Amino acid sequence: MATPVLRWCCPGRRWVFAGIGGVSRHGRGVPTGSTSSGKRGQSSVAQQPLITAQKPRKGEREWAAVVGLEIHAQIASNSKLFSGSQVDFAAPPNSLVSFFDASLPGTLPVLNRRCVEAAVMTGLALDCHINRRSLFDRKHYFYADLPAGYQITQQRLPIAVNGSLVYSVCVGKRRSQMVTKTAGVKQIQLEQDSGKSLHDSLRSQTLIDLNRAGVGLLEVVLEPDMSCGEEAAAAIRELQLILQALGTSQANMAEGQLRVDANISVHNPGEPLGVRTEVKNLNSARFLAKAIDYEIQRQINELENGGKILNETRSFDYKLGCTVPMRDKEGKQDYRFMPEPNLPPLLLYDSESLPTGTDPQQVINIDQLREQLPELPRVTREKLVQQYGMLPEHSFALLNEVGLLEFFQNVIKETRAEPKKVTSWVLNTFLGFLKQQNLAVSESPVTPSALAELDLLDRKAISSSAAKQVFQELWRSKGKTPAQIVAEKKLELMQDAEALEQLCRSTLEAHPQVVTDVKKGNPRAINKLIGLVRRATLGRADPTVIKEVLERQLSL
Amino acid sequence: MWTRRVWLGLRASAGGRRGFPSKADPQGSRRVTAELIEHLERLALVDFGSQEAVARLEKAIAFANRLRAVDTDGVEPMESVLEDRCLYLRSDNVVEGNCAEELLQNSHHVVEEYFVAPPEKHMEITPFCLWTPPSKHH
Repeated sequence: MATPVLRWCCPGRRWVFAGIGGVSRHGRGVPTGSTSSGKRGQSSVAQQPLITAQKPRKGEREWAAVVGLEIHAQIASNSKLFSGSQVDFAAPPNSLVSFFDASLPGTLPVLNRRCVEAAVMTGLALDCHINRRSLFDRKHYFYADLPAGYQITQQRLPIAVNGSLVYSVCVGKRRSQMVTKTAGVKQIQLEQDSGKSLHDSLRSQTLIDLNRAGVGLLEVVLEPDMSCGEEAAAAIRELQLILQALGTSQANMAEGQLRVDANISVHNPGEPLGVRTEVKNLNSARFLAKAIDYEIQRQINELENGGKILNETRSFDYKLGCTVPMRDKEGKQDYRFMPEPNLPPLLLYDSESLPTGTDPQQVINIDQLREQLPELPRVTREKLVQQYGMLPEHSFALLNEVGLLEFFQNVIKETRAEPKKVTSWVLNTFLGFLKQQNLAVSESPVTPSALAELDLLDRKAISSSAAKQVFQELWRSKGKTPAQIVAEKKLELMQDAEALEQLCRSTLEAHPQVVTDVKKGNPRAINKLIGLVRRATLGRADPTVIKEVLERQLSL
Repeated sequence: MWTRRVWLGLRASAGGRRGFPSKADPQGSRRVTAELIEHLERLALVDFGSQEAVARLEKAIAFANRLRAVDTDGVEPMESVLEDRCLYLRSDNVVEGNCAEELLQNSHHVVEEYFVAPPEKHMEITPFCLWTPPSKHH
């Protein structure tokens, strides 16, 4: 796939069309501005994003991209949104289907309390206004996996509106700084999932499994506040962590529990927003950013070449690495929304408005749910930074891997080491090994206690390079303690000062040229000597001590 | 099927964009155009097979338009006759399902335990002949 040529990095990304082969086009005259037909909403002048300082060369235009997201998260509940059949990922086809899910005549929807609570909790976590009264509607379209011919959703008055999602992106040349960003949450609504269609190309027929039909979904609509694939991916990641912390959804993209559609448009800064396309089928965390960036660049290229952007729906082809128009969408879809006649308005209460003498099972108290909200990732990270003085990016890394935070906290409990040291052990060494062998924290052969013991040895009895060797051995052989390994491999620090002095002296004698470099004032030459001595001691001497001895011997 | 397409085409060329004037519509601005018929046929999977069906549609629209005679200024719309009912909340327990065999019996075409979807062009189309406008004398 041709990698798009981009000029600047996110955030506040300014996109520049650099022409074929990176040659900028001169003297071509400025193409007419982006088409204004069918632009989204009111034509508003887009806010100027942050700019990284680089002056555009003559003939190049600047572009800003606008990305909005629609996320569907499967609610973690035992039964479906409007029926009592089970919610399960893997089950024999059509075995988790009730008469209502199959849309047999005479069946009616009955709302699942747990799904409403999940929606309210998610709304509260995203700082939304919870509508005390919300409504259900029917969205009509024909498709084989939608037996009723309509989906029950909340189009007119959803359960939560006007919130915000705070997330962070890495910036800077070495991507070491974290910058906080916010994406507005337009609304959260409850809706039904559809069944699954499997295309049997051999017999050219479509097979339908309704196990998923009727499962509760939370649709979270994010405002077009993001400007590139990286920001979108970071926002999605944070939403995933929030949903998982709340327990409202497992939000696993690979299992289809979290699906994302993106609305993308480009425009010249200062001018009205451009025509947007909708990109569907972004169901892989890995390809999300790539797909969005591809579409942005495609639109820029199209406009730069004097073309137009169609207000269409596209799909991301993972094999080709590009977006393609979706075939059977002729003209705009007309969903003929109508109120769901079988469901009265959904009423929610707070402690003040709670009606007396009612069955508690039949009323939902928003204040009670708010009190019961678990700690959100953002708060957990802040606490880590406060308590252990770690860098924000480290707190992100700890929360980014399932079980890693718990592991870290267990090591802390068992050691008196400085938290910074533990952080380094866990995030660098431990996590490095996990990633290398593609293991989850739960599958780690090294336990928190072993790591705590190793750290203790590291400080007192062995050198850091020896510690790394021990770690490697711990990883490979289960059951052995760090102390055992140190004894076996004779990795204890050299206690014999005289032997060390001797080794240093012989190293100096063997490398007169390096000695001359050191005496000349080359600051890096001494490191070479230290390295040589370390090797000679088989990693059993502390580099700081070696340096001391060498410097003394060189009478520096 | 092609005869219907030809018929619609003839109608479109003959009547231009005028469509059929609606006698029952006093305002006379609501036309049922060929495009609208095609649009409705696609959306609702009904078949306006004949001029009679289109005439029936226009009568239906005219009938519904009589609602406009009522002055609703300042009146909150009622969205549901259930608006004063309580929306029952069910506990999150599994109480249904496990009836694949029963459900699959309803389908013409089944492969193992999957329903087989009809190919799109064979989707069931309902003839639009089920509604008759009410007579004026009730």
